[in-house]
Amino acid sequence: MSITINGLKTHLPDDPRVSLLDLLREHLHLPGAKKGCDQGACGACTVLADGGERILACLALAVQYEGRSITSIEGLTDNGELHPLQRAFIEHDGLQCGYCTPGQICSAIGMAEELRRGVPSHVTEDLSAVSIALTSDELRERMSGNLCRCGAYNGIVAAITENFAEAAK
Amino acid sequence: MTPFTYCRAADAAEAIRLGAQAQAKYLGGGTNLVDLLRETLEQPAALVDITGLSSAIEERPDGGLLIGAAAKNTAVAEHRAVRTRYPVLSRAIVAGASAQIRNMATVGGNILQRTRCTYFYDNEGSRCNKRAPGQGCDAIDGFNRNHAILGTSPACIATHPSDMCVALAALGAVVHLRSTCGERMLPLTDLHRLPESHPEIETMLDPGELITAVELPALPFAARSTYRKVRDRASYAFALVSVAAALELQGDTVKDVRLALGGIAPKPWRAWKAEAALKGRPAIAESFRVAAELELAGAKPLRDNGFKVELAVRTIAAVLDELTGERA
Repeated sequence: MSITINGLKTHLPDDPRVSLLDLLREHLHLPGAKKGCDQGACGACTVLADGGERILACLALAVQYEGRSITSIEGLTDNGELHPLQRAFIEHDGLQCGYCTPGQICSAIGMAEELRRGVPSHVTEDLSAVSIALTSDELRERMSGNLCRCGAYNGIVAAITENFAEAAK
Repeated sequence: MTPFTYCRAADAAEAIRLGAQAQAKYLGGGTNLVDLLRETLEQPAALVDITGLSSAIEERPDGGLLIGAAAKNTAVAEHRAVRTRYPVLSRAIVAGASAQIRNMATVGGNILQRTRCTYFYDNEGSRCNKRAPGQGCDAIDGFNRNHAILGTSPACIATHPSDMCVALAALGAVVHLRSTCGERMLPLTDLHRLPESHPEIETMLDPGELITAVELPALPFAARSTYRKVRDRASYAFALVSVAAALELQGDTVKDVRLALGGIAPKPWRAWKAEAALKGRPAIAESFRVAAELELAGAKPLRDNGFKVELAVRTIAAVLDELTGERA
């Protein structure tokens, strides 16, 4: 019974009640993903499954992810180098207290993968569209599962917008 | 959480065998069940993980679609055939929850999710007939702005929270079930029960019975369908009122129509009365309003949710008007 966390294979806990979030924070001492509400309402625990699928670690039992690969914010740095989206958050003041930031960043990376596939959102006008542009409305709707109680939304939107505009070049 | 055993079913046959154990519960994406476990509102002895069962979305010979119960909500919403032939279903799914939750949640789990009535969740502070049968309901005389106005009983006024199910109800979806007794099919509109005197019994499923798939019947006019959700914030909130509708016109007349409501009843509410009143009528605002008022005539508003009656009438009329304007 194992799970891969940020590229390292590790044992799953014997107790099936351990959430993926508690596995990360309490068992593996990876405190990046945050326990904001622990009930799927805030998005602070967002991590990536199998590279690009954003999920909520608080609502996932760790045991359900046996054999799969999970990336948390700690797994995004490359030899101590910040991920470009992390740098963009700093440049654009996309945070104040920083508590929601790891979830925001993982979520935005998952969002980019969904956009690449053409997954529609609540504000997508044309459901038959194959490619969907990341307008401000699309970005805000798609990131609505990540709350920021400091209200750094303008900086968050600017950081994500710039990062994905750069990546598209 | 109280202790439980966990096992992963390889296929439906293994799942129903494991699900037949005493106090076993099927686990999909966990987006509702894990929360309920944490609040000890669910205390199963065994969890049977069914996320490995069929998640395929397949064409049916009659032109319909068969969706495996383990399909993720996102997978259904983004599926090409769903988007073009059943847009109401894509629209309803992306109106619900957040992207993260839609990536985890399964179709079967969405159908069987439980109410978010705050009194149901308030384990220690409130009375709830769903949680503790016979105890009483503190919502009826409490803060009931979000609660139901149709299909309620003196025992319970909780709403069914799903958006997806409202679209499935409108489309006439059929749920495929399997248990140790065999297989059967049930229209989605017959799967959930009204509370009456037993709000703790929420569905017609037998103990251990498993949802294996949801079938969308062929419905060519559903290409002209949509979902509108009215809520307190623009995104990531449960519905105050929602409307799923599909409309078929013949000239200026309603030839056929499908209509279902969310946020206003203890189950996904197919608006049969409004549908019957609309067929053969001119597709104009007056017909829409008359039919909507007929559907809401039986509403039983409480202290805080009376606004839902007019809101539902207006939302139905607005959605039908929008679909009428879509004519080619």
